[in-house]
Amino acid sequence: MSLVLDIAFTHVRARARQTLVAIFGVATGVGFSIMMAALMQGSQVDFINKLVDAMPHIAISDERPAPPVQPAERAYDAAAIHGLTPETRRLGIKNPLATMAALETWVPGEIGPGVITRAIIRYAGRDVSVTVNGIDPMREPKISTLATKMRQGSLVSLYRATNAIILGSRLATKIGARIGSTISLTTTTGGQMTAEVVGISHIGVRTADETTAYTLIKTAQILQAQTGIINEIRIRLDDPMIAKDVADRIVRETNYQAVAWMEAQEELLSAFQVRNIIMTTVVGAILLVASFGTYNIISTITHEKARDIAIMKSLGFREVTVRRIFVVEALTIGLVGSVFGCVLGYALCLFLGSFEFEFSAFTDMTRIPLLYSVNHYLIATGVALLSSGIAGYFPARKAARVHPVEIIRGAA
Amino acid sequence: MAAPAAAAAEAPLIEAVNVSRVLDEAVPVTLVRDIDLAIRPREFVAITGPSGSGKSSLLYLLGLLDLPTTGEVRVLGRPTATISEDERARIRLEGLGFVFQFHFLLPEFTARENVMLPMRALGRLSEAEMRARADEILASLGLAEHAGKRPDQMSGGQRQRVAVARALANDPPVILADEPTGSLDTRSSEQVFAILRALVDERGKTVVAVTHSMELAARMDRRIQIVDGRITADEQTRPAATR
Ligand SMILES: Nc1ncnc2c1ncn2[C@@H]1O[C@H](COP(=O)(O)OP(=O)(O)OP(=O)(O)O)[C@@H](O)[C@H]1O
Ligand SMILES: [Mg+2]
Repeated sequence: MSLVLDIAFTHVRARARQTLVAIFGVATGVGFSIMMAALMQGSQVDFINKLVDAMPHIAISDERPAPPVQPAERAYDAAAIHGLTPETRRLGIKNPLATMAALETWVPGEIGPGVITRAIIRYAGRDVSVTVNGIDPMREPKISTLATKMRQGSLVSLYRATNAIILGSRLATKIGARIGSTISLTTTTGGQMTAEVVGISHIGVRTADETTAYTLIKTAQILQAQTGIINEIRIRLDDPMIAKDVADRIVRETNYQAVAWMEAQEELLSAFQVRNIIMTTVVGAILLVASFGTYNIISTITHEKARDIAIMKSLGFREVTVRRIFVVEALTIGLVGSVFGCVLGYALCLFLGSFEFEFSAFTDMTRIPLLYSVNHYLIATGVALLSSGIAGYFPARKAARVHPVEIIRGAA
Repeated sequence: MAAPAAAAAEAPLIEAVNVSRVLDEAVPVTLVRDIDLAIRPREFVAITGPSGSGKSSLLYLLGLLDLPTTGEVRVLGRPTATISEDERARIRLEGLGFVFQFHFLLPEFTARENVMLPMRALGRLSEAEMRARADEILASLGLAEHAGKRPDQMSGGQRQRVAVARALANDPPVILADEPTGSLDTRSSEQVFAILRALVDERGKTVVAVTHSMELAARMDRRIQIVDGRITADEQTRPAATR
């Protein structure tokens, strides 16, 4: 093997400038791939974190997964029955305390009750449809990061007025409400209430900040005109990634609908998937182009060294040995390029991370979210090495197959 | 020294049986045809003939660099048509040493490294042993002080001697040379010839050398003449008894 390395390095050294260009190509490819990966995954994780933190990981609602089967349907299996309206169900989760106690025995995380109501907010002649979340200010910090996302006021401010309400930042701006403003709420069932704005929350997810308001559970129950009702149990898991499994088990055990955050955000996550596919394609293309440089130089060297190859073969070198020489050259370029590429990638990340941006008027100054992961470096290096190896293999194979006589005849 | 009769009876190192080589071109070109010959141990054979007669082609066939279209070449008693390319490479590596008209040394390596190449490909010796052996061979060819030089730092004659040294690297019984002195001046040419002569006389090697020079051929032990790809003469120029 040292023979192969010896010859390979000699060739590479003899073509220093061209080799450097090829190395530079690989390094650029690897560097930018790493930066892209850090950027894409960084923003994705940042976004999901924001989303996941602000929302309960699992929301159990009083809706049944499917409408209950009608007695008539049960009896006449094949008969189509028209005109049956499912009986009006009592809203809310039956015996929420017992349900919560049962869940607490096995769900790894925190559980809290909530009331969700749709309402129209009316203020200064503007109507906006919102989701009112009845929360427990004492328990909420365990279930979501809402408490840390308060722009003005705090969760406990909800105790300050009789009907106190916290508005999402975009919502407040939209209707022009401020702390102390008195707004009016109307529910779909005709309930009405006036409430005083005591806080502004800002989660950083546009749709949430635009359509969400928070009140005490009691206030939401009054708004719904249903005392004591709990129509949502909210769960924050220690590990948000298992939400789907836990939600499925909750559905089986309680027969209430339980929606994991990833289901609630399905569209968003699939958008990320599309984004990831695009990213992989672009990164792959960058590395592919980089490997053209490697292919180019190995082809050049094999052409230049055709006579030497013939000599080596005539001396009795085996085909694999000759092939290995050039594959090693390609891998050397790939390896050195990858090392520089990793350094470059890290430097690019540091550079990008050093900027502070104002994404919109609603957010504080933030840095570009970047995710540093050893995997990015390993994968980019792996792909670069693989493509270099392939780029070297084909010219190497061609060169190694040459019959020495053909070249010696020509040269002599 | 062995008696002539005994020498003739010794098993041939290289044997060609009814060998023809036809290039498969638009118009097929016959390089050599109906070659029958046996090269025995310690022979010093000249292959002569007009330019384009097929001398080099024959040498490549005898050296397993090329394969006959019909007929058979046996090297060291082994058939060579049915074995793999790697096995033929192995026979070349261990059993045959090549010297070409041009030195064909690897330009980036020193004389010593060039001589070490076949040893390293064989991989039997340690790095230090290979080094020592390369230096020894170079010294025996009067190149002791040139071991560290690259080919472009040497004269044509020196380069050609390095090429001979490389051919001797794995101590093969047979050396095949294609006009080894063809590109050299008289003095260098004499030097290289003397080395080949010594290989036969002193080290018991077998040398087959293509040459244009009738004068050189006359000083070898056997002369095979090729005309138009055929052997037209095969004679002992120096009776074995006088050796
Ligand atoms: N690739 C080829 N295509 C066509 N003809 C070829 C090819 N290689 C060799 N020949 C022909 O085959 C014949 C034998 O060539 P070869 O090189 O063996 O001759 P030679 O006796 O060594 O000549 P020289 O003394 O000039 O070296 C020549 O006539 C040559 O033109
Ligand atoms: Mg010739």
